[in-house]
Amino acid sequence: MDVDRAPLSRVSLAAAATAPLAFLAVFFAYPLATIVGRGLAEGGSSSFALGETARIAWFTTWQAALSTVLTLALGLPLAWAVGRFAFRGRSVVLALVLVPFVLPTLVVATAFVALLPERLDQSVSAILLAHAFFNVAVVVRIVGGYWAGLDRTTEAAAAVLGAGPWRRLREVTLPQLAPALTAASALTFLFSFTSFGVILVLGGPRIATLETEIYNQAARLFDLRTAAVLSLVQLVTVAAIVVVASRLEGRLAGRSATAWRTLSRPLGHERLLVGSILAVSTAVLALPVAALVGRSLSTSTGIGFDHYRALGRETSVLLVTPWGAVANSLLFATLATCLALAAGGLLAVALARLRPGWLDGLVLLPLGGSAVMLGFGFVIAFDEPPLELRGSALLVPVAQALVAAPFVFRIVAPALRSIRPELREAAALLGASPLRVRREIDLPLVGRALGGAAGFAFAIALGEFGATVFVSQADRPTLPVAIFRFLGRPGAENQGAAAALAVVLALLAATAAVAADRAGGRRSPL
Amino acid sequence: MKRLLLLGLVLLAVGCGGDEAGEPTEVVLVTHDSFVVSKPVRAAFEQETGLRLRILQTGDAGAALNRALLTKGNPEGDVFFGVDNNLSSRALDEDLFEPYEPGALDAVPDRYELDPEHRLTPIDHGEVCLNVDKGWFAERNLAPPRSLDELTDARYRGLLVVQNPATSTPGLAFVLATVARFGEPGWQEFWRRLRANDVLVVDGWEAAYTAEFSGAGGSEGTRPIVVSYASSPPAEVVFAGKPLDEAPTAVVEDSCFRQIELAGVLRGARNEAGARELIDFMLGERFQADLPLSMFVFPVREGVELPDAFRRFALVPEEPLELSAEEIGENRDRWIGEWTSIVLR
Repeated sequence: MDVDRAPLSRVSLAAAATAPLAFLAVFFAYPLATIVGRGLAEGGSSSFALGETARIAWFTTWQAALSTVLTLALGLPLAWAVGRFAFRGRSVVLALVLVPFVLPTLVVATAFVALLPERLDQSVSAILLAHAFFNVAVVVRIVGGYWAGLDRTTEAAAAVLGAGPWRRLREVTLPQLAPALTAASALTFLFSFTSFGVILVLGGPRIATLETEIYNQAARLFDLRTAAVLSLVQLVTVAAIVVVASRLEGRLAGRSATAWRTLSRPLGHERLLVGSILAVSTAVLALPVAALVGRSLSTSTGIGFDHYRALGRETSVLLVTPWGAVANSLLFATLATCLALAAGGLLAVALARLRPGWLDGLVLLPLGGSAVMLGFGFVIAFDEPPLELRGSALLVPVAQALVAAPFVFRIVAPALRSIRPELREAAALLGASPLRVRREIDLPLVGRALGGAAGFAFAIALGEFGATVFVSQADRPTLPVAIFRFLGRPGAENQGAAAALAVVLALLAATAAVAADRAGGRRSPL
Repeated sequence: MKRLLLLGLVLLAVGCGGDEAGEPTEVVLVTHDSFVVSKPVRAAFEQETGLRLRILQTGDAGAALNRALLTKGNPEGDVFFGVDNNLSSRALDEDLFEPYEPGALDAVPDRYELDPEHRLTPIDHGEVCLNVDKGWFAERNLAPPRSLDELTDARYRGLLVVQNPATSTPGLAFVLATVARFGEPGWQEFWRRLRANDVLVVDGWEAAYTAEFSGAGGSEGTRPIVVSYASSPPAEVVFAGKPLDEAPTAVVEDSCFRQIELAGVLRGARNEAGARELIDFMLGERFQADLPLSMFVFPVREGVELPDAFRRFALVPEEPLELSAEEIGENRDRWIGEWTSIVLR
């Protein structure tokens, strides 16, 4: 066989990687390096003792690890249900798990405070529970989506050979799932590691993580030197952890091929199991959301849609109507999704030929950068031509895409890797050009993953707050920024508007997820 | 998708593009997250001056100031608004502003002027005060506290929620209030007793007022005493969603600490003339009269009529607690450090 006809040459793969790498270099590495460099150059000694830094770094790491374990425990049963079975409402479940993920932490955290028993107020347990609640979507959608595409012949063979269900799960399915499991764990870990609002609101003033302490030092105490040192500690820790995790993934990953099969309906005792998993998970996930919906409907005169009707009216809190903020968010999130799909997708294409390794891990690094330092970096790095971008509204989708692109990569890359090389070779042998192979073999096969990634990216962009608030402008607030402004005012009307907007945000994210899943699914030949 | 992206890019380019060269066509106000101006007032400024007013909100009061310091010399805008007397020393030490003395200062009482060199112009004042949930106390036939001292009484145990002064401006103002009232080392002792009386400390105003305070509209909170503003009771009335004859909350007058917010022309501003016009406008009657119902603060200008809700429900403390900006500047960081070890460690 003519080896040179193999799909896309090394050169074109390198070319595919150039654009996304340049994007990350300009909008992540450069601003962050600028602000860290400025901080380190500042004279004087850091006010922060080494021991204190180590203590905070250690706490940050173990709470993130525990949060990840808890999220897996909550998410895996649900991932099994949606990854193995077809049932009515499956796509709704896949969309609903995204709701907690996009809701602004400040809003949900207050709902959490009201639901938690008082002795859990301001405790590590409250933080862990909140992290599991927020991140369960990552596990369910990434692992569940991958599970649905697994080739079941090996498992069926094991069953024929007499292996019981647990043994099949342990020895066949889990190794097959390894890429998705590590990807979901790594992302959950990173989100818990750098989480901000949850720590501040639920942890209380006695608990600090690297991210909250960086914010404290940079934005409040203006000790840029300490903030720079802590940012480096955070970035290095994150880099070390993701690289180790990716190498582990490379070692664990079996050759799992994607096959498109219809999911089976649950039978017999499976019905009971799937039913109870769905019931329990829905209850856990819905409770804080229901509290939020309740708040948005409770008015001064009882139950009603007053707060929703008010969203179309001028308000003294914003320069646009709340619906105007919704429109802004939709536009920005669409742009951000395109950027993230382009950046994450091209990187996945470029790296999919290699076995999963440390490069995969490094793609996650933008999630390990501190939002406040990146925001400060934007302000001082982009202040002169040719990169005079301060005050440009384009920075909003760029900031959102930085957070979303790693997700796209981590969802698309395993799907690309699981395509049987024989398929591409056969197509090439039959005379298909490399691009045609991409279009007619790869694209349909990763269509579902791309659709899922797009839904995720859109939801992330809609809900992104930490980086957006730094670059957003008063004339064009996004939805989470508008919610934040309403929360910052006293009065029942303002609090009601915040709750109503949060519900709108949740609905939009869920709708987008359903639409993206449908669009992606249609591409795949069933 | 591609077409959408293109359309979006074009829209954005049209939206943000303005020619940079030649006469400046806009003036940029850099300010904190709580800044609000009503639309007609903003339009009046744009019409009077022919300049577009762009507003950049860059974090809470502390973060916004620090971001302005970070961009010193090549600022993000022309005017900075939102330095308060608790943080002004930091801005003045760093030489962030150009001096400018607006004519309208004649109409502002001297007590609001902090900088004899006029690098900072006072715009509004608001008082940070304890707020109490009137209904909560009425139901239990308990009198709400009338002074700071009473907060350490056993009958008010577990009722107060405050903000961390290291992370919140009202939180800092309340600690300064206790310093002004009890002096040193009295204030430290007061906080020790307050801690023993189960004070709850949270990160910021939102968490304290909307989540923990029982008196806020739409809140599920359980604590009936909170650190907030003198203008919070009228805000509860204005935003109640129904007409109220009485505010659901009240202010503890003895606890009020004065906060003055100031504005200045940023050194290195691209549109310095426009910046001066903006400061003139902010001291003008129209903007000053808009302040109460937009930002829920009081105008510094004399003779500005207050809206009905403020006349009926707001209390302007006769003699709020005060500390000089210099004293705050010299001691702020030490006080916050001491407070942290007394209350949190």
